[in-house]
Amino acid sequence: MIGMTHVLDPDALPDDARALMAPLPPYDDVTRSDSAFRAFLHGLPGVDQVGAEARVAMLGTRSIKTTAKAWAIDTAISMVDLTTLEGADTPGKVRSLAAKARRPDPGDPTCPQVAAVCVYGDLAGVAREALGDSGIHVAAVATAFPSGRASRAVKIADVKDAVANGADEIDMVIDRGAFLAGRYLDVYEEIVAVKEACARPGGRAPAHLKVILETGELVTLDNVRRASWIAMLAGGDFIKTSTGKVSPAATLPVSLVMLEAVRDFRAATGRQIGFKPAGGIRTTKDAIKHLVLINETVGPDWLDPDWFRFGASSLLNDLLLQRQKLRTGHYSGPDYVTVD
Amino acid sequence: MTSLFEYAPAPESRSIVDIAPSYGLFIDGEFVDGTGESFKSVNPATEEVLTEVSAGSGADVDRAVAAARRAFTRVWGPMRPADRGKYLFRIARLLQERAREFAVLESLDNGKPIRESRDVDVPLAAAHFFYHAGWADKLDHAGLGPGPRPLGVAGQVIPWNFPLLMLAWKVAPALATGNTVVLKPAETTPLTALLFAEVCQQADLPPGVVNIVTGAGDTGRAVVEHGDVDKVAFTGSTEVGKSIARAVAGTRKSLTLELGGKAANIVFDDAPIDQAVEGIVQGIFFNQGHVCCAGSRLLVQESVHDEAIASLQRRIGTLRVGDPLDKNTDIGAINSAEQLARIRELSDVGEAEGAQRWQPACDLPDRGFWYPPTVFTDVSPAHRIAREEVFGPVLSVLTFRTPDEAVAKANNSTYGLSAGIWTEKGSRILKIANQLRAGVVWANTFNKFDPTSPFGGYKQSGYGREGGRHGLTGYLKGATHS
Repeated sequence: MIGMTHVLDPDALPDDARALMAPLPPYDDVTRSDSAFRAFLHGLPGVDQVGAEARVAMLGTRSIKTTAKAWAIDTAISMVDLTTLEGADTPGKVRSLAAKARRPDPGDPTCPQVAAVCVYGDLAGVAREALGDSGIHVAAVATAFPSGRASRAVKIADVKDAVANGADEIDMVIDRGAFLAGRYLDVYEEIVAVKEACARPGGRAPAHLKVILETGELVTLDNVRRASWIAMLAGGDFIKTSTGKVSPAATLPVSLVMLEAVRDFRAATGRQIGFKPAGGIRTTKDAIKHLVLINETVGPDWLDPDWFRFGASSLLNDLLLQRQKLRTGHYSGPDYVTVD
Repeated sequence: MTSLFEYAPAPESRSIVDIAPSYGLFIDGEFVDGTGESFKSVNPATEEVLTEVSAGSGADVDRAVAAARRAFTRVWGPMRPADRGKYLFRIARLLQERAREFAVLESLDNGKPIRESRDVDVPLAAAHFFYHAGWADKLDHAGLGPGPRPLGVAGQVIPWNFPLLMLAWKVAPALATGNTVVLKPAETTPLTALLFAEVCQQADLPPGVVNIVTGAGDTGRAVVEHGDVDKVAFTGSTEVGKSIARAVAGTRKSLTLELGGKAANIVFDDAPIDQAVEGIVQGIFFNQGHVCCAGSRLLVQESVHDEAIASLQRRIGTLRVGDPLDKNTDIGAINSAEQLARIRELSDVGEAEGAQRWQPACDLPDRGFWYPPTVFTDVSPAHRIAREEVFGPVLSVLTFRTPDEAVAKANNSTYGLSAGIWTEKGSRILKIANQLRAGVVWANTFNKFDPTSPFGGYKQSGYGREGGRHGLTGYLKGATHS
């Protein structure tokens, strides 16, 4: 069985390389064979969709007001991965986004800066230079984003190129085709290989790896839970819902299931994994619902840009408008925030 | 657990309700002074006196029953069924229009969180009126036999745990089937019933069709034992239910009883564990556990016991206990000092009998009646907390090894109102559900209610059904259920 799947993939690692990339205990033996890995993933507790939807609906009724709202808005701003992923992206566009990332509200120096700017790999260098010493990270999407349909060699080259250009965070996509075909070990091994490609020279820490599951293509919450575990076992630093190119993207039930996964993984292994919902989060209300979901599912340890990010483009301006409203008592309008 | 993310208080304003300093009885379409003593209704979250309410005397009940009889004979009985339906639709819409007012008043008088009164009690009460409004002119075609006729005057006594919702469960089917009503709300929670009386006036409901007589046990007894009452419907404790059954025995009255429960919530090792934990929490902590169908006995398969209890405790640690009017509150106040004493007593017995008590760290308000969410592990079927209804936020955890053992333990109760099954295996759900002697069996959910679904118990949980097509038969003469 093991050999069969790898015949299809000339870049797959040989069997004897597996020992080097075994997952953390107590899961170090679950990837020893296709069948063992399948048995493990299918042995994870199921997810009842109706129950998951009811839970997030209840949390959606939380009423976040005054001081709590002010804290939530500033925290959300500091967690934004300000994103542009268009075919039409140019160095000018990326520089303008970087300026916004450093000073989201030009009229208010107390407004926090965002966590990262997220671009395609060829523009990572432009972003790096524009962000200078601001401490804002440069995230680059790679691995034939968004479809992931390329050979592993191309994907690895894509990652290495982005890292060389200055990206210190890599947002990769998993091979959904392999996942849906049941070739879980292939998905796992590819993530391990990408993680290795995130290495940076000069003794610097490797680029942070965010693993995009593209949950809109996995469809069921059971699949979301299994894919989350594959990504965590393979060494991903973050698990991320979506590319933003497929609808539905980051829905609250999906976020709930992924948060449960990072919670359970830390309880079992001691290693904390970050979470990034991306796509479809456009309003302050959406962002606050996510913060409430984190707070009541995994707790305050994840309420930090090191462990939680919003992948978004239009969200930031709505957060800024709501922030201005809280401070001045009245709504301004779209001309009071910058268009990038 | 202190959090980075402290939710600021988000209280629902109580300015929408206007509570009078005192209330009389609602008889024959008007508020009238009662002839009995008056009593106070307090806010259980603060012990603040909300208002004074009349305790209906025997003479008051006579007047109310006479008004109901008159209305039945002259107006409501002969009325075209479609017109009765119109009144019910009107009441349902008024409940929706005044939903916030009802929700705030219910939370003030009962102590339940505004999230529940707003999202569950009031919408469901309106839904019951909408549902039964639709039946009013279709009874000939409901499959209940040819030309079912109303019984006459219904005497109804309801509990304090869902004051408005239990009123709706009683009044809506009675009116839809052409009966008139004398209703006694619970002593500690009369206010939404009195507000409902206002809605009846607003809807121009003919005088005497709905009469509301407040009071305690004596008033309830007068309603139940009144010679001109044709139908008695009671929801409440098994003890009172038995005395009502004795009082009604040998009379021409028909009777439905919806009494206590000690529901088993059965969690198999293949359950969707995160949702099962939610369901356990919803099953026992919804409405502070003041729920007759509460999932108060958790039966968890031994192989997943430790994992399930750890998850459950973590989840309970996030419950927010406090001000019922705060929109973020999950668990409100215990309804009365008496009930709090009962919960404390049974919990102490549980500990004395050898079960392990667990409660999360949680700050309780200084005033009012409060009890923290509580889990007992190492509970044996012989313990009193495994057999008696606590009617509070207290969960007893028992284990089982095989499906047969789960069924045997679940059925080993003098009650039989509800049960829950948690498993990803559909065939197991169907098989176990058939073996459980419980009126309602939930699969992968708990404490979900709908007017289309009949509700009622086996054994000491009572008899008769409320809701759905089955519920209509309790208010109709000659109705045969197929």
